[in-house]
This record gives sequence, structure tokens and C-alpha cells, in this order.
Amino acid sequence: MNKSGSSQQKTKVDVRVSETVKLGPDNKAKIGQQLRLMYSQVVDQGVPNRFDEMLKRLDDPTGEGSKE
Amino acid sequence: MSRRNDVRDAMLAAVPSLRAFAVSLCGNVDRADDLVQETLLRAWANLGSFQPGTSMSAWLFTILRNLFRSEYRKRRREVEDVDGSYAESLTSLPDQNSRLEINEFREALRLLPPEQRESLILVGASGFSYEEAAQICGCAVGTIKSRVNRARTRLAEILSIDSVSDFGPDYETRAVVNSS
Repeated sequence: MNKSGSSQQKTKVDVRVSETVKLGPDNKAKIGQQLRLMYSQVVDQGVPNRFDEMLKRLDDPTGEGSKE
Repeated sequence: MSRRNDVRDAMLAAVPSLRAFAVSLCGNVDRADDLVQETLLRAWANLGSFQPGTSMSAWLFTILRNLFRSEYRKRRREVEDVDGSYAESLTSLPDQNSRLEINEFREALRLLPPEQRESLILVGASGFSYEEAAQICGCAVGTIKSRVNRARTRLAEILSIDSVSDFGPDYETRAVVNSS
């Protein structure tokens, strides 16, 4: 278990959308955890070279994409 | 030129999160990268409209979201037409169970209305405040709050169907189950 979803307990009350499912703190924490995990799969890949190179080229006032 | 260097660094720093947001919007890594690239070019060309002292990251997210939405309007269904291939390309998780779980979660997320999905991601994953998310989406703070709540409720609903993982990557089956 992750400790990352620690704020869920005090926010229990603010779930007012009363549809068919009651959103308990467990669910909320679980969803938050999955969200962050999913997101971090991409974030952890860092900055692919293409962006680094592209921005460097932009930075060069003579570059302007005309020359590789 | 040092200000430009600062801007460049700030942009670079935002890239990982921008990519993650873009992947979650369009469900496809290649298209997400194109979207990020277009965002950076657009931002660079419009540096004048960035207000120093405000969040560069939020500004870039706003541009990316707008680009996506105009593209989305053009492509409509095609954008949502994704099979599991993009998820496979991301499964760096060692453990089989977490992989299944996270793929299931991605599928569930895709069943949400786009507004709910983006709001939930901005607040729950990108780490923006409700206020920032509202700014990025061009709506009221209360709207973001209610979208996030709805999104969470809906996800809990979808994910509570235990047998979902047995269906395999059949989007339509899941959509049917989901709408009943």
C-alpha cells in the first residue's frame, strides 16, 4: 500500500455527488493513486531528445529551423 | 537572451508533465508528442502573451488543451479510436497485477466525458490547484470541482465492476456494460 493518498480522510464530506455509488475515502485514495501511477509512467520517461533539440534550435537566433 | 534561456528551461521542465497530460487526452503517445511539440512551438511564437510571474506550466497546459480541442473537433471519433497498443508501450511496471490494474484504469478513464477526464487529471495527477485547473479549462472553479467529483464517482462505479478485467481490450463491450 502506498501512503501517498493521505488527505482523503478529511475530505470525506465533500463528496456530494450522490449517484449510485458512494465514494468512500478508500475509493478516492485508490483512484488518486492509480491516476498518479498512470501519469508517472509518462513523466518518468523524462524529456525525449526531440524536444531538447527542438528547443535548442529555437534558442539559436540564426537557426530558425532553416538548418539542421 | 538570458530571459529566453530561462523560458526555454521552464518549457523543458514542463515537458514530462505536458506529455503525460497529452497522452491522457489523446490516448496515443505519438500523437501526444506531436501535440506537445506543437504546443512548444506555439508558445515560443507567442511568448509575448505570457505574463512573467505567472505559471509557465499552466500557460503551456492551456495552449496544449486548446490545440487538442481544436484538433479533436476536426477528428472526432478517430481520436478516441484507440486500441490497447498505446498502453502496452507504456507498461513499464514490473508486476503483472499492477499492469493489468493500470490498463484497466486507463480504459475506465477513457469512458469519462472529456471535460471530466481532463479536470480529474489536472487536479489529481498534474498537481494543479482547482483555480489553476479552472484557468486552464477556461471555466469556473466550481465547475472544475463538480467535474472532478463526478469523475471520481463515475470511475469508482466503473471500476467496481469486478469482471471488467475479464473482458479484454474490447472497448465496445465495456461501453455497453458501462451505459447500462
